[in-house]
Amino acid sequence: MKLYCLSGHPTLPCNVLKFKSTTIMLDCGLDTTSVLNFLPLPLVHSPRLSKLPGWVSKDGSINLEKELKECGGRVFVDSQPELCLPERELMDLSTIDVILISNYHCMMALPYITEHSGFTGAVYATEPTLQIGRLLMEELVNHMERVPKAQSATCWKNKEIQRLLPGPLKDVAEVWAWKRCYTIQEVNSALSKVQLVGYSQKVELFGAVQVSPLSSGYSLGSSNWIIQSHYEKVSYMSGSSLLTTHPQPMDQSSLKNSDILILTGLTQMPTANPDGMLGEFCSNLAMTIRAGGNVLVPCYSSGVIYDLLECLYQFIDSANLGSTPFYFISPIANSSLEFSQIFAEWLCHNKQSKVYLPEPPFPHAELIQTNKLKHYPSIHGDFSSEFRQPCVVFTGHPSLRFGDVVHFMELWGRSSLNTIIFTEPDFSYLDALAPYQPLAMKCVYCPIDTRLNFHQVSKLLKEIQPLHVVCPEQYTVPPPAQSHRSDLMLELPAPPLPYRRCSVLSLPFRRRYERIHLLPELAKSLVPSEVKPGVSVATVSGMLQSKDNKHTLMSVPRPPPAAPTKKRKRVAEEPPELLAPKALLSGAVPLDGFLATLHKHGVSEVKVEETADGHILHLQAEDALIQMEAHATHIVCDNNEPMRATLRDLVLRFLQKL
Amino acid sequence: MPEIKVTPLGAGQDVGRSCILVSIGGKNIMLDCGMHMGFNDDRRFPDFSYITQNGRLTEFLDCVIISHFHLDHCGALPYMSEMVGYDGPIYMTHPTKAICPILLEDFRKITVDKKGETNFFTSQMIKDCMKKVVPLNLHQTVQVDEELEIKAYYAGHVLGAAMVQIKVGSESVVYTGDYNMTPDRHLGAAWIDKCRPDLLISESTYATTIRDSKRCRERDFLKKVHETVERGGKVLIPVFALGRAQELCILLETFWERMNLKAPIYFSTGMTEKANHYYKLFITWTNQKIRKTFVQRNMFEFKHIKPFDRSYADNPGPMVVFATPGMLHAGQSLQIFKKWAGNEKNMVIMPGYCVQGTIGHKILNGQRKLELEGRSTLEVKLQVEYMSFSAHADAKGIMQLIRMAEPRNMLLVHGEAVKMEFLKGKIEQEFSIDCYMPANGETTTVTTNPNVPVDISLNLLKREMSLGGTLPDPKKPRTMHGTLIMKENSLRLVSPEQAMKELGLSEHHLRFTCRVQLQDPHSDADTLHRIYMHLKSVLKGYTTQHLPDSMSVMVESIVVKVSSSTEDPNTKVLLLSWSYQDEELGSFLSTLLKKGLPSVLC
Repeated sequence: MKLYCLSGHPTLPCNVLKFKSTTIMLDCGLDTTSVLNFLPLPLVHSPRLSKLPGWVSKDGSINLEKELKECGGRVFVDSQPELCLPERELMDLSTIDVILISNYHCMMALPYITEHSGFTGAVYATEPTLQIGRLLMEELVNHMERVPKAQSATCWKNKEIQRLLPGPLKDVAEVWAWKRCYTIQEVNSALSKVQLVGYSQKVELFGAVQVSPLSSGYSLGSSNWIIQSHYEKVSYMSGSSLLTTHPQPMDQSSLKNSDILILTGLTQMPTANPDGMLGEFCSNLAMTIRAGGNVLVPCYSSGVIYDLLECLYQFIDSANLGSTPFYFISPIANSSLEFSQIFAEWLCHNKQSKVYLPEPPFPHAELIQTNKLKHYPSIHGDFSSEFRQPCVVFTGHPSLRFGDVVHFMELWGRSSLNTIIFTEPDFSYLDALAPYQPLAMKCVYCPIDTRLNFHQVSKLLKEIQPLHVVCPEQYTVPPPAQSHRSDLMLELPAPPLPYRRCSVLSLPFRRRYERIHLLPELAKSLVPSEVKPGVSVATVSGMLQSKDNKHTLMSVPRPPPAAPTKKRKRVAEEPPELLAPKALLSGAVPLDGFLATLHKHGVSEVKVEETADGHILHLQAEDALIQMEAHATHIVCDNNEPMRATLRDLVLRFLQKL
Repeated sequence: MPEIKVTPLGAGQDVGRSCILVSIGGKNIMLDCGMHMGFNDDRRFPDFSYITQNGRLTEFLDCVIISHFHLDHCGALPYMSEMVGYDGPIYMTHPTKAICPILLEDFRKITVDKKGETNFFTSQMIKDCMKKVVPLNLHQTVQVDEELEIKAYYAGHVLGAAMVQIKVGSESVVYTGDYNMTPDRHLGAAWIDKCRPDLLISESTYATTIRDSKRCRERDFLKKVHETVERGGKVLIPVFALGRAQELCILLETFWERMNLKAPIYFSTGMTEKANHYYKLFITWTNQKIRKTFVQRNMFEFKHIKPFDRSYADNPGPMVVFATPGMLHAGQSLQIFKKWAGNEKNMVIMPGYCVQGTIGHKILNGQRKLELEGRSTLEVKLQVEYMSFSAHADAKGIMQLIRMAEPRNMLLVHGEAVKMEFLKGKIEQEFSIDCYMPANGETTTVTTNPNVPVDISLNLLKREMSLGGTLPDPKKPRTMHGTLIMKENSLRLVSPEQAMKELGLSEHHLRFTCRVQLQDPHSDADTLHRIYMHLKSVLKGYTTQHLPDSMSVMVESIVVKVSSSTEDPNTKVLLLSWSYQDEELGSFLSTLLKKGLPSVLC
């Protein structure tokens, strides 16, 4: 069993597991932190961005004015932002049988894997994961295509040139894996390969392996996966949460007794408490509004935003924000809000019971109904005429490089009355803000990451007791910024197996058994004999049939009746069929008992000679000799077949056949 | 021999009060717990005393599964759980769990408040009963206990309707509930995988009908409604609040819009709004088209259909009214029917099946004079139309489901005996499987013949597969030998060698050595070569080796040694030596060589 690690990002994993005869890809996360190296894509012409000076090396030998721009003391690539793909050269992607998706954030690289790679397999995901994943992909494509960039910068990627660039561009790794965003056609084609599964559904893969998604508590429809055969169990944990937010609680007990646990998707903010962050979010928001400023919340269009809106729903009146407009701007804003209301089965118990009333599970329905929350596909159109300040705007993309958020940064960045509140943990907020510096607006960093922290995971591991743990190498050492915090890493009795991008791990795992089915008639024909108290054995002879990786053993059909007399003579002369060897023998032949039996069968003239290891019996009339030892019997005789057969059968009486 | 036992307490050769008991692998399961609309007495509910004469049902049942929210499938549930007594788990899908208590409460109100019956379940009992419900998701495998697992499949029919697979070990039963094999305007078609159950229990409401295409029926329906409204008549469509009602509403809504009609359409019960809300929240259970477009336009927000008030019934002019319940056996639909029945301009359209004993059933059978409670009679002058809109599988659909699931046995419920008989014949003929149709209280026993699962050592399996290839060759059966070790409930098949090692037994080697004398006037080396050539030509397919250094020939692991007799150099003495495992070949060789070598060797 092998694990190919195609992504080094611990929360956006992409691993391939080879198990029995199947090749299973676990998630295909798309690392978007690469976009931080690019200039923002403004929706309306930005004089500031268009007048940035190009970059020329100090000695003037390298001139990349067209590709690189200097902004706020940093160098950015002026091109369509590119995304860091999972490794595509480590293995042949066309050999992948299935892709298991654990949540909508971890499927964003799907089109890169399934399209133009020869992939012919199936993708498994839950319905919310598919629907919301589709929305997020559509949003990404829309954001990119709305602001087409004619040029695509490539020169700077040249190794010789990159080495001479200023940081952080100089140090970015895997630039050759950076690609432009896919198209909507590729998204549709990739998603047409998805087959829907429900929690605890058992999906058979080629009869060899069974996979099953379990609720992971992190987002709508998010799952961990169990990959098992009758004898081996691999658990794959991706983003999971034990906090009570909107999704169905995590199913922990089904992860028990795994031979291998592949552990990814822990919190990226191990020191930030989500509840505390939520409180800070609300108080900063209220403070800014009261002072007459606007609040910008760069966020993903699904996920934590539902919790933020719910929190605000309870907070608005007490904080006297009843008249403040809340805007949610995204090409998928409406769909995301609508979809969240129809997945009752995937929600926590509280929300689930709301639909029995029947009421929408999320209170943002009421915010919309009472006109407190308005959603728009973009800043163009209706929004521009209905827009009132001061207000709160939720919009993407959290990297601040594309999407409507770029416009609000340009619009509000120069006033210290305004505040930007970061809630998504995926991007360093300083890096995100870099191309907008110098900024007057206030910046508040309240990253909300509900995924498991190290304390929770170590408690969980004690509970579920996997034999081996495989995890990204980042989890085996404390975070670089807090190298003294040994509590911010995985500490296990048996050290985990770390992986990094491009690792190929051989998993410690020996398969010893396989399931076979005895057909009822064969099972009935067996004659068990007890060899020890409580242990019986039976010799089984049957015909093996293997179909779809399922093995059955059936009775051997009786040979057809003997051929008609004419051929009989020839038949006798034909050598026996090449058959499997006869049963093994065990036990011992007792001398006295054997002599008595011989006597009974008319063999009376026996001379017994003692040897070092046993006896030699001389059968004088038959001119035969039987050498008897504890674990061996040797019959030596002249070519007298009937006599030999008799002696053979007499010996066999004392032995056990297996 | 393992058996599966099925006893219908209701719906055996009948439609109504579905309740089927299944015993499989030592587990007892109740499938549905419905009421009969045609009776007002004890026969309304299944006879639970069949299970036990005294006391509660909890210890006799491992679980109860409700297929969908129609009262003939869940109407007796509070009676069973709260009045007879059952505290175990009750499984149903989320939409069923949401809607079922509302219909039960409706039913209770009609029975207790309007008819004044006592000794009936109370609102509190409905609530207590619903607390025992565990929601089921589609395709989720739910482990009821360690051995018993259930899985729900989409059934169409009504929102949240499910078919269930019940599995214990390798034995399984599938119960369809009510299902629909063709998608309609708001629901998709039933689907199941090739799960090969030992028994498929299917409804058979439309066992003999092959319905014409849905489009035709829809056009027919619209035409009739349109004509009646045009001539100023009133159309009554008795429906259940959820299900067909929404489908017909979608149909009329789009028709009204297209034809720009002005006649009002009303929906009679107070639950319309609520009912449509359920559809909006459970949109994932509707058909593909509605699911795809719900963000832009929710099909369950109707513009033309308004809530009904009792006083509207006397308004002059045309109108269309959807009223509950669907079989005209009580409530508002019956009231409106009484008001409109006397006018031949009006029309009643029955869009679904009506059970025996209901007014709906009577008028559909052409009865024109109805006796009402209180000895009065009602003359039926309005037009009575029947449109099969109720979403059950027809004969073709039932056969299609059998083809999908490939059951080993078939059992029909929820249908009329005569029709079942016909379908049973067809099924037995087309699929060559046994088909049963027990009456209520009658037990059907199906014997299963499960395979025995065994753990085989991978070494043994791999060795065998590499020898024999993956497909057995019928001409040359190859036998695999192994030893089955039975120990503490585990069955393991290993190679004999491994079995010996594990059991601490030591092998006993049995060998044979046979002297054969041969007249062959050649040098020893030549004789050896001649033997080699001879054996090689006879034993095709065996490995035969010539080993002149040790003056021997080996056939597989059998050694043939040659030496000359001390007396006569032309008499050769051959020593054949083999172990018991090669007994057949050794015996064959000694007999063969005794006959001497042919003079000419090719």
